[in-house]
Amino acid sequence: MNKAAAKKGKKIKEIAIREAWCKGCAICVEVCPKQVLVMDHLVAKVANLEACIVCGRCELFCPDFCIEVIPDVQDNS
Amino acid sequence: MFNYNEYLRNEKLPHIWCPGCGDGTVLKAIIRAIHNLQIRKDDLVMVSGIGCSSRTPGYVDFNTLHTTHGRALAFATGVKHAKPGLKVLVVSGDGDATAIGGNHFIHAARRNIDITMILYNNYIYGMTGGQASPTTPTGSFASTAPYGNIDPNFDICALAQAAGASFVARGTAYHAPQLDRLIEKAILNRGFSLVEVMLQCPIAYGRRNRFKTANDMLKWQKEHAVSVDAAAKMTAEELEGKFLTGVLFQKERPEFTAQYEHMIERLNPHSEE
Repeated sequence: MNKAAAKKGKKIKEIAIREAWCKGCAICVEVCPKQVLVMDHLVAKVANLEACIVCGRCELFCPDFCIEVIPDVQDNS
Repeated sequence: MFNYNEYLRNEKLPHIWCPGCGDGTVLKAIIRAIHNLQIRKDDLVMVSGIGCSSRTPGYVDFNTLHTTHGRALAFATGVKHAKPGLKVLVVSGDGDATAIGGNHFIHAARRNIDITMILYNNYIYGMTGGQASPTTPTGSFASTAPYGNIDPNFDICALAQAAGASFVARGTAYHAPQLDRLIEKAILNRGFSLVEVMLQCPIAYGRRNRFKTANDMLKWQKEHAVSVDAAAKMTAEELEGKFLTGVLFQKERPEFTAQYEHMIERLNPHSEE
């Protein structure tokens, strides 16, 4: 778990990507401040989940409803 | 983090919009705004005309109406008139609203009927092959303007305000969280409310205008959007080439369906007994 996420008390559990809906626009890769995502044959892929700070920008910007950022709820309490 | 599935017709997805199109981002903002306002799905009607943006109602699980080109506001007026209790949301594009449906647009604004209009402005007719629309910026390229567009483009917000809309706002696909709040305010306003959303069309517009990717277009939005508050502290030179975002105009005016109710009461011979 990285420091920025630890400060907010948030921890990432999973970044769920619905690959069948991904059109490969790469917006998620660009808006991620921590380079968590990469493009793999025109489909978004999680490359570095450890670096995720749970900001939710990839989910917010994905125009295709592909990405869901799932925080680890137990750590929030 | 946000569950969109509750509001979507998942069997209709993935949607038809091109890779990187901003329409999906705006649709998500609309869904979040409706969720935040806790409006029941059955109390909301989404009406659209024809165009890329107008495909939106097909994907959402509200009462939806997909109508003829430019006539979304005419149908929406009918819905609102018949059932004033419903929230009526019109989604439209720049061509649909300001060219084909230009008259419906200015007269709905003049009437100040309680309709919220989300206008997706991508500066082009995307679905039909990239023809120049009334909002294609001067000098931009389109399939019908291969040597650059010589027409001046519409300022849709100024048009709506001049026509009489009681709420006028502008947002961008890049500033998505701000867009949620603008849409919420627009829905809460009783009267004709317009939210113009500047969004990217990377395929029909971007490729002809030196934007290599959707990300380049989002960056352009980031660099050229100036909030109303920030603009108040800037000089005219600094604002050159930029566009304003935020709530640009809000003024309470008599609303059409309320006025109509008053007229019925006034003319009803039994009302004074």
